[in-house]
Amino acid sequence: MTLFDLRLKDLHNQLRNKEISVTDVVNEAFAKIGERDEKIGAYLTLNEEGARAEAARLDDKLASGEDLGLLFGLPVGVKDNMVTEGIRTTCASHFLSNYDPIYNGTVISKLKQADSILIGKLNMDEFAMGGSNESSHFHPVRNPWDFTRVPGGSSGGSAAAVAAGEAYFTLGSDTGGSIRQPASYCGVVGLKPTYGLVSRYGVVAFASSLDQIGPITKNVEDAAHVLQAIAGYDPKDSTSAKVDVPNYASALTGDIAGLRIAVPKEYLEGIDPQVKASVMEALRLLESLGAVWEEVSLPHTEYAVAAYYLLSSSEASSNLSRFDGIRYGVRAEQTGGLLDLYHESRSQGFGPEVKRRIMLGTYALSSGYYDAYYLKALKVRTLIKRDFDQTFEKYDAIVGPTTPTTAFSMGSQVDDPLTMYLNDILTIPVSLAGMPAISVPCGFSQGLPIGLQFIGKAFDESTILRLAHAFEANSDHHKQRPSL
Amino acid sequence: MSTSKYETVIGLEVHVELHTKSKIFCGCSTEFGAPPNSHTCPVCLGHPGVLPVLNRQAVDYAMKAAMALNCEVGDVSKFDRKNYFYPDSPKAYQISQFDKPIGENGYIDIEVDGKTKRIGITRLHLEEDAGKLTHIEGGYASLVDFNRVGTPLVEIVSEPEISSPEEARAYLEKLRAIMQYCDVSDVKMEEGSMRCDANISLRPVGQKELGTRAELKNMNSFRGVLRGLEYEQYRQAEILDDGGEVVQETRRWDEAQGKTFSMRSKEEAHDYRYFPDPDLVTIHIDQAWKDRIRASIPELPDARKARYTEQFGLPGYDAEVITTSKALADLFESSLEYTADAKSVSNWIMGDLLGYLNSNGLELTDVKLTGQGLGEMIGLIEKGTISSKIAKTVFKQMLESGKLPQQIVEEQGLVQISDEGAILAIVNEVIADNPASVEDYKAGKEKAIGFLVGQVMKRSKGKANPGLVNKLLVDVLKG
Repeated sequence: MTLFDLRLKDLHNQLRNKEISVTDVVNEAFAKIGERDEKIGAYLTLNEEGARAEAARLDDKLASGEDLGLLFGLPVGVKDNMVTEGIRTTCASHFLSNYDPIYNGTVISKLKQADSILIGKLNMDEFAMGGSNESSHFHPVRNPWDFTRVPGGSSGGSAAAVAAGEAYFTLGSDTGGSIRQPASYCGVVGLKPTYGLVSRYGVVAFASSLDQIGPITKNVEDAAHVLQAIAGYDPKDSTSAKVDVPNYASALTGDIAGLRIAVPKEYLEGIDPQVKASVMEALRLLESLGAVWEEVSLPHTEYAVAAYYLLSSSEASSNLSRFDGIRYGVRAEQTGGLLDLYHESRSQGFGPEVKRRIMLGTYALSSGYYDAYYLKALKVRTLIKRDFDQTFEKYDAIVGPTTPTTAFSMGSQVDDPLTMYLNDILTIPVSLAGMPAISVPCGFSQGLPIGLQFIGKAFDESTILRLAHAFEANSDHHKQRPSL
Repeated sequence: MSTSKYETVIGLEVHVELHTKSKIFCGCSTEFGAPPNSHTCPVCLGHPGVLPVLNRQAVDYAMKAAMALNCEVGDVSKFDRKNYFYPDSPKAYQISQFDKPIGENGYIDIEVDGKTKRIGITRLHLEEDAGKLTHIEGGYASLVDFNRVGTPLVEIVSEPEISSPEEARAYLEKLRAIMQYCDVSDVKMEEGSMRCDANISLRPVGQKELGTRAELKNMNSFRGVLRGLEYEQYRQAEILDDGGEVVQETRRWDEAQGKTFSMRSKEEAHDYRYFPDPDLVTIHIDQAWKDRIRASIPELPDARKARYTEQFGLPGYDAEVITTSKALADLFESSLEYTADAKSVSNWIMGDLLGYLNSNGLELTDVKLTGQGLGEMIGLIEKGTISSKIAKTVFKQMLESGKLPQQIVEEQGLVQISDEGAILAIVNEVIADNPASVEDYKAGKEKAIGFLVGQVMKRSKGKANPGLVNKLLVDVLKG
């Protein structure tokens, strides 16, 4: 058992009791990175010097006996679409390969305030577009459970780093499943909060109406602690919600008796039999703990993927327009004029998946097509949200698999974007509805992790954390570690 | 070539910068004339990851402007993205409003050749300004200053109900006056805080459907708008006279050459791909908010004009000219706290004051004249302390020094001589020195008196009371 296998509270107590130092914890992170990351490829940029200096500062603070927050001294890696002042932020794109931000995002500031230590920036699909982490400009990430498999995406680096012990916890971002799907593939816990719970200020926007930052951890309780630190209203984000943030850890009572669970039949159709078997077994366990579950229907599920790709690509086509080669990032040299400069810089700077989505989104917003695509997709989104709202009138949570299969082989879907898009079929509806969801390990198929998804009412992270925590306390899937 | 065969149809799109302290979506200052790129931050520079936060003051100002233009202000308004690439636009989209503008269906009344005409306003929407490009001579580089980016603007779109360049000018002047009265903008065309684009087309008199229009840009002054539209009216009439077709395009007015030039045709027009900005939330405007804004709107030019004719008996023309500028109207009213002679105040404002400002290219704020000064000066004329002629000197000094007239008169000994004995002495001198003119007068040439009066005034250094001079001269000559 290594330091990073300790529960957050236990690690915190060891620090508080000075059994270990912050430097020890940071050393552990860099030792594992040094040992493993060449194979896994989770990191794009390391902040080793900064992290070690910060560790020394925090060790002084530790000695002074000041009050310590729960995240004190913990090494965190963040997905490379979160803006970090002075630390290169690339979005795994060639376009931003030379971009050093001039400010910190809100979540980064909150982590700093909590005395967590930023050890590096994590690999991802370029601009968070992808489900396999193969669209990173720099290098793919490999699944720690099987190096021939993808870690999922787009927060592939964030999930793999936790699974491989290369960070104590990480942050990912989820637009259509980008936290939950890689968490599922890598056998870790990934939480996508309700849209509006965590500030988006400082997240390089992919699809503004969907993007949310969330924690990736080794267990549910730790996810609750990290969420506590990053959640809350931010005046810099107009879409952030003015809601009271509850104490998430206090919801983890272990008591789920009487909680009503809905299981959408659409989420069990056409999925891998072993995934289905694990989910059914998980439901039996939840039932044995006193929860009740029933099959329900979310009838608009089948339209979710199409609506999602129209809406997210439309927003992306506009969000990514600022990457024009004028002020930062890649700038093509020796071009004829302004239009050439735009064309060349963007042609050179973006990879094929990003270009595909920009073209799709530009088309969907074009004059004459807007009503048929963008507007229609917005209406579908409303219907999907209604499916959830109606279900939550009767149930406390929705449970199902996170993904239809386990991690697929690297390279197997690169040339088939439509198949790739279907990996998110069970996470996308939740994103469109803006609801919170958490993926926890619930089994293995041929040595690859399977994820169970708990979906909650808006701003009711507490209930899904309670359910997931109770499930986890009565199973040992989350304790499994890849042999590295 | 004649324009009389055609009816001109003009619609104006006017951008007015709102003078909020900070920008519309970030906290940067909107101060004009600061060193390039000194009023910028990650948000207005469009860096990755930033988000806009709406400045409520900008919404208040836009609502105030909309209500003053008789627009309906709905319960819901929202922002949309207008997508286009240009180096002065750091996000490559402008946050603007598409289908839920702040105000719709308004109007303003203009007066041309003594006739009042109502011009409809289609919409007023809120948006952010772009940065400013400077092209280095020789074309090897362009520089961009992002200080202006994010300055709140309202775009005010008129119905195509303007029928001549003169009406366009009257519309713009009225619009400027209303914005000034509302105190939402500096509305200076020369500084770019008010900008005007125009759509203009011609159609044969009597034809119902509109002709093909050209969009005119780069008219940077009231005169520029007038001249640009006049030129374009002429150009299109010439094409139609020759049996040709006007091309739908955007044309740039060149002030120096006095001509318009094609910028881009309809085929090259942008598809802006408007869609709701997902970074901003819908604005819900409740009745209390509307009431608060409506209550903050002061008396507007038309109301003041009506009051000036009724309360002070001013001729309609005077009232129109004075109320065109809030500063002039305020000066007018403040003068009336010191004199009751409204017509006299109006004459001084419209004559000497506007003459001085126009010939020196100044604004009212550039001179030091106060209402007290003007009012008291008129009082001194009434009392006979100074003559109207002396008053012109005093007035000019008030404009330049800001001193009160009494002080100027005392310091420079400009008090009018109304002492009959003193004037009589001069009269006698002048009669003695100008026998020829005296003869002429006595021979029935009444005009000769004018010369003699002039001589007396000259010898008194302009201080003699002209009425007395006249009376005494006649008395002596006829006596």
